Amino acid sequence: MGEEIRFLSILIWLPILGGMAVVFSGARFSEVFTKVLALVLSVITFIISLFLWSRFNNDLGSMQFTELVQWIPAFGIQYALGIDGIALPLIILTTFTTCIVVMAGWVVIKDRQGFYLGAFLLLEGLMIGVFSSLDAVLFYVFWEAMLIPMFLIIGIWGGPRRVYATIKFFLYTFMGSLFMLVALLYLYFKSGTFDVLALHSLSLTMLEQKWIFVAFLLAFAVKVPMWPVHTWLPDAHVEAPTGGSIILAAVMLKLGGYGFLRFSLPIAPDASMALDGLMIALSLIAIVYIGFVALAQQDMKKLIAYSSISHMGFVTLGFFVIFQVATNTGDWMQASAGIEGGMIQMISHGFISGAMFLCVGVLYDRMHSREIGDYGGVVNTMPIFASFMLLFAMANAGLPGTSGFVGEFIVILTAFKAQFWYAFLAATTLILGAAYTLWMYKRVAFGEIKNPKVMELVDVDKREFFMLASLAAMVLLFGIWPDPLFDMMHASVEQLAQHISVSKLP
Amino acid sequence: MHNLCLAIVLSPLLGALISGLFGKKIGRAGAHWFTIIGVGVSFALSLIVFLKLIVWEEPVFNQNLYLWLSTGGLNFYVGFLIDELSATMMLVVTFVSLMVHIYTIGYMRDDSGYQRFFAYISLFTFSMLMLVMSNNFLQLFFGWEAVGVVSYLLIGFWFKKDTAIYANLKAFLVNRVGDFGFLLGICCVFMYFGSLDYGTAFSMAPGIQDEVMVVVPGYEWSVMTVMCLLLFVGAMGKSAQVPLHVWLPDSMEGPTPISALIHAATMVTAGIFMVARMSPLFELSEVALSTVLIIGSITAFFMGLLGLVQSDIKRVVAYSTLSQLGYMTVALGVSAYAAGIFHLFTHAFFKALLFLAAGSVIMGMHHQQDMRKMGGLKKYMPITYWTSLVGSLALIGFPGFSGFFSKDAIIEAVHLSHIPGAGIAYYAILSGVFITALYSFRLVFLVFHGEERFDEETRSHLHESPLVVTIPLILLAILSIGSGAVAITPMLFGGFFGDGIYVAISHDVLAELGTHYHGVLGMMIHGLSQPPFWLAAAGVFTAWFCYLRRPDIPAKAVSLVGMLHKLLLDKYGFDRFNDWFFAGGTRRVGQVLFRLGDVAIIDGAIVNGSAKVVSWTSQITRRVQSGLLYHYAFAMILGLIFLLIIFVHQIFLAT
Repeated sequence: MGEEIRFLSILIWLPILGGMAVVFSGARFSEVFTKVLALVLSVITFIISLFLWSRFNNDLGSMQFTELVQWIPAFGIQYALGIDGIALPLIILTTFTTCIVVMAGWVVIKDRQGFYLGAFLLLEGLMIGVFSSLDAVLFYVFWEAMLIPMFLIIGIWGGPRRVYATIKFFLYTFMGSLFMLVALLYLYFKSGTFDVLALHSLSLTMLEQKWIFVAFLLAFAVKVPMWPVHTWLPDAHVEAPTGGSIILAAVMLKLGGYGFLRFSLPIAPDASMALDGLMIALSLIAIVYIGFVALAQQDMKKLIAYSSISHMGFVTLGFFVIFQVATNTGDWMQASAGIEGGMIQMISHGFISGAMFLCVGVLYDRMHSREIGDYGGVVNTMPIFASFMLLFAMANAGLPGTSGFVGEFIVILTAFKAQFWYAFLAATTLILGAAYTLWMYKRVAFGEIKNPKVMELVDVDKREFFMLASLAAMVLLFGIWPDPLFDMMHASVEQLAQHISVSKLP
Repeated sequence: MHNLCLAIVLSPLLGALISGLFGKKIGRAGAHWFTIIGVGVSFALSLIVFLKLIVWEEPVFNQNLYLWLSTGGLNFYVGFLIDELSATMMLVVTFVSLMVHIYTIGYMRDDSGYQRFFAYISLFTFSMLMLVMSNNFLQLFFGWEAVGVVSYLLIGFWFKKDTAIYANLKAFLVNRVGDFGFLLGICCVFMYFGSLDYGTAFSMAPGIQDEVMVVVPGYEWSVMTVMCLLLFVGAMGKSAQVPLHVWLPDSMEGPTPISALIHAATMVTAGIFMVARMSPLFELSEVALSTVLIIGSITAFFMGLLGLVQSDIKRVVAYSTLSQLGYMTVALGVSAYAAGIFHLFTHAFFKALLFLAAGSVIMGMHHQQDMRKMGGLKKYMPITYWTSLVGSLALIGFPGFSGFFSKDAIIEAVHLSHIPGAGIAYYAILSGVFITALYSFRLVFLVFHGEERFDEETRSHLHESPLVVTIPLILLAILSIGSGAVAITPMLFGGFFGDGIYVAISHDVLAELGTHYHGVLGMMIHGLSQPPFWLAAAGVFTAWFCYLRRPDIPAKAVSLVGMLHKLLLDKYGFDRFNDWFFAGGTRRVGQVLFRLGDVAIIDGAIVNGSAKVVSWTSQITRRVQSGLLYHYAFAMILGLIFLLIIFVHQIFLAT
């Protein structure tokens, strides 16, 4: 270290400090300067993250780019950073999405623009912090701090019911996190360290593991969100401005999934195995039940929010089906496909749900309505937009050739090895997902124009085209050639699977 | 070969991208030139591949293109397998596609979505080629779903029409039901063979013939049966077998050229192709084969009946397609895969011809599709008439025409088979011959013969279609006559498909049939004395008698069997049931789960309920802090008394 460039610190602090500068600039300097500053900062951060990828060694399963500074030595709290192949794709997803979000707020947000854009940059830094923390307290600090900018984004720039939505969002997530804090403190008193990797190898009894697992579950399940702690998400999405929805769906939900991989599974593997039936059941309920619920929605954002919950069910299904697959096949290597499938599902969902919310945003900016019933025949006036939206709708319905297929496919393939009915229930998404997505698309885009406002719609401008096109490129690229993503994760996931396969009971 | 395959696949894709993305810049002519050249190149190269394989006897080509992904120690590739089976399919797909491309110049001349249409049909050609050229289940599934999407786009091509956008959503969702089974079948393949590569799977299949799996606790089912049935569900969706056939008639909402290309000649036969490709798996499960046979014969017979009562010219041809797909499926069920593919091959030409001819009629009649408003068109549209007649004769299996060879082979094969269900299937498809002849010639007589039932206005504009329309018709007509006689000997009895199709010796009805086969001419002469011929002739005669000689008979017949007629018009009630039960039912379930589960219980009772409990508790507890001194003094006294009691109590205990 020392001589090495501290990439992770740069990636965390550049957007945080930059975000503060943008807030300051918004109060002092011109609007254009502020916007350009925010864009430049987000793009630089994205480029740095790509640079990080280029220097990342795919063959290593251990942590890379590690940094270690004593923070509060009296309690053994350290500023410890490091990433593996599980965190890296999520970091790149974060930096990519932030660029999109900054562009999405370019003309639409008129009120306190510097503050708005600054909040997103701040949020970006904090999220990268979560993905790269190797110290439990540091992780917790980033985790909770993240709530503040999101709270403000929905609370200030949100829709009419924003107060209800923000409080619901805050209480839900905060309640969950408190249990995680208790678990982390218990682990500290047991082991005398907050070092996450040390906690991975801490031996725990089944009872301890179960309590810890449940405490973590409460925190992560709310974030993912899993059924039945999901109802904050539709409300938050509906009230959030477009950028808020994009970042919420594309990145924040993934923090829950990441938490399972970084904390629940490695710290409490025996409890994870003992409770995997519960986790699988909750995941399948999310996929099927929420799929039905999505069909009943009249509000586009709510529909996509529910579809997000349903798709995130594949993530948790993939993560927790591994124990039964390993038992049935006797091969942890094969089982690890579940984790990789879940990971891919997270990344792909980041692009697709982000794109879907952006599409709704594009329409909302013009019509100020999210009601499906107010639309109809959009393709007549906005053909380019409608083509993009169809691509994303198809990706959302899991069409092969788009990234939406890859994760679902791998998870279903793996789940089949555990139990026929898991795969059966999960595969219903083929029908339900197509039904709610394409039915919405039909009602919005096809048909004769009924609402005179739709007649006046103008097609996407260059800025919107650029955003949609870059998301479309990602969706297609990782649908046609997903191997680079898998390659990035193999070593780390393998190591994780190896770790989980060994009992930690004393 | 590697580069050749790439060029075959990519040139239509390139054409599609150019005319799709830059349609405005290159204009209408640019769009059709780019796509026609793309598909033309693809056809020419497919021909070369075919020649290489068949004539120059080059070995089968099987190579992976690139690693799609690897996970859990297992690899998924994208790659090509070019054997006789795929080469045949490539030829059919690219040829029919080329014809349809040319035809479209005439048919879509006045449509504002001209470039978009060409982009879609070229994209379809790409997807279909990916499907047939695949060497693994993954890419098969990709092509499978991709053709589904293009079909969705094309059925809804006129997106302002409510019926069209209803039909395309329906088509996609019904196909997704099939794909649901197909995907589970692929899962099953992956679990038991550890690979999605055809070669690996097929070579390992005999090894697990006796393995069982438990799907429903307490029942042990053969793995191969479960696997094949799941895969076949996929085929039922794509190839429109009962009860997943409901989307195909509605798909006629799309422009006619795609009805010919997608919903008759190529895409809908993907299921047939798939099962033939999977023959090494299906041969291991007699239960699966029997199921295939029964589903196929139900489709062949009952869907043909529906063709009798339709008055829309395209819908008659659509039901005829359903029925013919049933024949192909029946062939698969009796392990006569080669006969199924052979019928697919001849059917592609004559059915594409019939659709394109119907399109030509529709153009002449200014988008009138109701046959009751046609009649006597023979003298106005001679080329369309003669080519239609050729197509119809091929369809009813008139000796010498292509359909005769393929259909007779299927009927004979079923007759020889000992698979459970073959007995009933034989009578189903035999009576199907009569029905086929009846509805086919009902169409011919209603449209081209008899009195003219249209107005003067229409007559004044009525003329034969332009060359871009008639040339494809003539070319397809030539193939509808000749393709059967040329191909039957090698395809059915010459081991043409090599290792591409595997048949267990005990199931090999075609080999048995081959012992009675004495060349094309012999078969034709033999055919003249067989029941299928007489049934077909009877059908044509009935059609002539009822629709030309005594046009009052159909109406009387209808009143005689009113219930049956209603049932047929209602399409056996499938659509009503599906709309009510599946479409309506899922929406109702969604509503209930949303209102009861999310809104009432989780949000209402638990989330907001807990907030209410907190606020209610605090409402009560806040009364304690009243701010009045005597309240606090009173509480203090109570506390003191309480402590005193404990104190005294303890003293007593001590003593």
